[in-house]
Amino acid sequence: MSWGVVLWLSAGAYVFKALGFVGLGSRKLPAALERCLLLIPAALLAALVVKDTFSTEQALVIDERSLGLAVALLCVWRKRSLVFTIVAAAATTALVRAI
Amino acid sequence: MSRFTTEQRDILSASLTLSTAVGVFAIAFGVLSVSAGASVAQTCALSLLTFTGASQFSAVGVIAGGGSPSAAVGGALMLAARNAIYGLAVAPHMKGSLGKRLVTAHFVIDETTAMMSAQNDPERRRFAFWWTAIPLFVLWNLGTLVGALLGNSLDASAFGLDVAFSAGFVAMLAPHLARRRGRQAAALGAVICLVLIPFVPVGLPILASGLAIFIGVRPDEERR
Repeated sequence: MSWGVVLWLSAGAYVFKALGFVGLGSRKLPAALERCLLLIPAALLAALVVKDTFSTEQALVIDERSLGLAVALLCVWRKRSLVFTIVAAAATTALVRAI
Repeated sequence: MSRFTTEQRDILSASLTLSTAVGVFAIAFGVLSVSAGASVAQTCALSLLTFTGASQFSAVGVIAGGGSPSAAVGGALMLAARNAIYGLAVAPHMKGSLGKRLVTAHFVIDETTAMMSAQNDPERRRFAFWWTAIPLFVLWNLGTLVGALLGNSLDASAFGLDVAFSAGFVAMLAPHLARRRGRQAAALGAVICLVLIPFVPVGLPILASGLAIFIGVRPDEERR
């Protein structure tokens, strides 16, 4: 990884944080824009989960990671803690790989 | 502990539990970042300076998958854009000089916003914000350092650490799925990403999945 990635990402992330907090202050955004922006985490996190679970570079694959994801979904559905969820999912995948 | 009120102690115990979980997540980040080819210094710099977990994971994930630096930064910055919205929510409760607000801005992230929004008294809001921000910042960076140092001597895939990303994201995703619009955006984002993976360079499917947010243009008729 290059330092460029680190610096651009850090600068960009800070600009977003300061934009809302310092720049816009208590001004209101157009309602439609705010509704869209609030959906960013849902859309991107779901995309990241499927990418990290079902792909290796440009190939779609189903492997040990799918089982780890299934366990994570189960943990979240059963309202387990974040630590428990991460450890259980990672342990499941590690175990299946070891077999 | 006697100088804290009962309410403050409740906030502290919630924030310390949360920070501990985030510290564990940070170890996974450190290991994976180093496995993706970042140095220990770069990995620690990301946690200190970027300090917004999902974006860091996203960038490292794209690089690990062979994506270009611009795709890695682009996807990660889209995720970081939500902090601007959090800033709008936090700003009315955190007054102060411009200099102080410029420093405070660095700590406007998922966890601090959520902990602050859970309070209804101005004094307690500020308390919740800072007493979440400080332990979280310390443990996130400490965890990253530990993970980065372990990273070189540890096979991330043997410990299933590559799944830690997804598991953490699923947990972060859960509150967004409580609303119908959130579920639609998540489903659409996932489908766009899966469909594009075989056809476009690594990292771009994540960027394209951002298009799913435009289902928010029209107001939601249904309440949930």
